[in-house]
Amino acid sequence: MIHFDNVTKTYANQGRPALESVSLDVEKGEFVFLVGPSGSGKSTFLRLVLKEERPTSGRIHVAGRDLARLTNWKVPHLRRRIGCVFQDFRLLPNKNVYQNIAFALEVIGKPRRFIKKVVPEVIDLVGLEGKRDRMPDELSGGEQQRVAMARAFVNRPMILLADEPTGNIDPATSIGIMKVLDRINRTGTTVVMATHDAAIVDSMRKRVIELEYGKVVRDQSRGVYGQAY
Amino acid sequence: MRAQFVFHEVWIGLRRNLTMTVALIVVVAISLSLLGTGLLFVKQVDNTRTYWQSRVQLSVYLCTDSSLGGTCAKNGAVTPVERANIQNELEQTHDTLSIQYVTQGQAWAQFRKEFASNEPIVKYTSPNQIPSSFEIRLKNTQADAANVTSVIDGAPGVSEVVNDASILDQFYRLLDEARTAVVVTAIFLLVAAILLVANTIRLSAFNRRRETSIMRLVGASNFYVQLPFLVEGMIAGLIGWLIATGLLIGVKSLLLSSLQSVFPYGVELSTADLVEVIIVAMITGLLICGSTSFLTLRRYLRV
Repeated sequence: MIHFDNVTKTYANQGRPALESVSLDVEKGEFVFLVGPSGSGKSTFLRLVLKEERPTSGRIHVAGRDLARLTNWKVPHLRRRIGCVFQDFRLLPNKNVYQNIAFALEVIGKPRRFIKKVVPEVIDLVGLEGKRDRMPDELSGGEQQRVAMARAFVNRPMILLADEPTGNIDPATSIGIMKVLDRINRTGTTVVMATHDAAIVDSMRKRVIELEYGKVVRDQSRGVYGQAY
Repeated sequence: MRAQFVFHEVWIGLRRNLTMTVALIVVVAISLSLLGTGLLFVKQVDNTRTYWQSRVQLSVYLCTDSSLGGTCAKNGAVTPVERANIQNELEQTHDTLSIQYVTQGQAWAQFRKEFASNEPIVKYTSPNQIPSSFEIRLKNTQADAANVTSVIDGAPGVSEVVNDASILDQFYRLLDEARTAVVVTAIFLLVAAILLVANTIRLSAFNRRRETSIMRLVGASNFYVQLPFLVEGMIAGLIGWLIATGLLIGVKSLLLSSLQSVFPYGVELSTADLVEVIIVAMITGLLICGSTSFLTLRRYLRV
C-alpha cells in the first residue's frame, strides 16, 4: 500500500536530510505506529505520502501509484484515497459536526443524496450520535478529534494518516480515539499513526517503525514504544 | 450540488470582505465607464470626420473693390477674363471633382442668411464687400489641396484660397486630445482595478485558508478549490460593468446628445454604437477580473 524505496528528503537550506535512505513497505490493512523524537522525520514521511513534498531521491509508491509519475493535477485524486488526522483537529469553526464532515464530500463533488446517507453512518462509527448539530467549540478535544476522524474516513480512504492524533488529548480520552482508529483499521483501511505516546503504542501491540535523525532504526511487528534500548 | 456549493462559497467570500468588494466594484465601474466614454468619443470623432470629409472644400475668393489680399490691392476687382483664366487653370489640374462659381449676389444672400441673427453686421456690410468665389470639391481632399492651392494662389484676381480642412483640423485636434485624456485615465484606473482584484482575491484566499487547506487535504481538484475565488472576482467585475453600463447610457444621452445640439451636423451615434461599446466594456471587465483572479490564485493556492 505504501512503498518507500531508498527515499531521501533534504529540505533546502538544511544540511542534514529529514529522511535518509528510508526503505519500507506498509501492506494493505496494516496498522503501523511511526515513533521517534521530534525532528526524526515522522511528519516528513507523512507529507511525502501525501505528495505535499517530493523526495530528493528514491521512489515512493502509494496505493499502487508511482508518485514521481503522478502529475500535479492528479494529486487530488491520490488524496481522495488518503484520509488525514492531525494533532490540532483542523475543523472549520463556523460549521457544525455534520457540515464539517459533509464538507469533505461536497468539495469533491459527491451528490447530496450520497452525503445524506454516509455522513450519519460515520458519525455513528466515531461515536458522536446525537451531536451532529454541535459546533466545534461546543465539543471536548476528544470529540473534536472524532469529528476529524469521521471527516478523514467518510470517503472510505484506503489509507488513514494520523499525525499525533492524541497529542492534545488526555490519556483517558485517548483510549477512545484509539478504539475508533482500530475500528477504522478493521474495515480494511491501512492506518499509519505518528506518535510520542508510549502508553498507547505499548497497549496496542502493533507494528512499530522507529525513526531517528531521519533513519529507520527499528521496524518491529507487535512492538512497543522503547524496546530497542 | 456543485453549483450550489460554489455559489454558497462565493457568497461567503463576497460578504466577508465587503469593503474590499465594494471598492473593487466602484473602481471597475468607473474605469469601465471611462473606457467606454473614450470609445464613444472615438466613434463620435470618427463619425464627424467622415461627415466632413465629403463636405470639405477649397474656397477660392476672388477680388472685390475693397479686398486687400493677393494681387487685389494693386489690380482692383476681378475681371471676367481673369475669372475665366482661374477657372481654366483649376480645371486643368484634374484634381477637382466639381467647381462651382458663386456670384457676389449668391454669396451675399448666403451671408445674410448665416448672420441673420446678427443685425449690425448685415447692416454695415454692403453686397460689394462680399467676394465671389469658386467652391471646389476635390477628388482627394487632403492630398490635392496643396497642389490646387499652389496653382492659383497669387494668380491675378485671386484674393485668398481657404482650405476648410485646416480649420477643421484644429477642431479635430481638440477632440483627439480630449479622447486621449479620457482613454489614458481609463487605463490608469484599469491598472488600479487589476491591483484591487489581486488584493481582494488575496484577502479572500487568506480569509478562507482553513477551508482551502482542508479542501486540498481531502482531494478537491484545483479547479474546485479555485472556482469560488474566480467566480467572486468575475461577479464583482460584472456588477461593476452593470453600473458602468448605466453610466455609459447616461453619458451618451446627456453629454454627447447635448454636444449634438451645439454642433447640429447630423452625426449622431446610433444605439448600435452604444451597444458595441458596452459589450467591449463587459469583455474588458470580465477578462481583467477573471485573468487577474486566476493568476493571483496560481500564486496563493498551489497544490
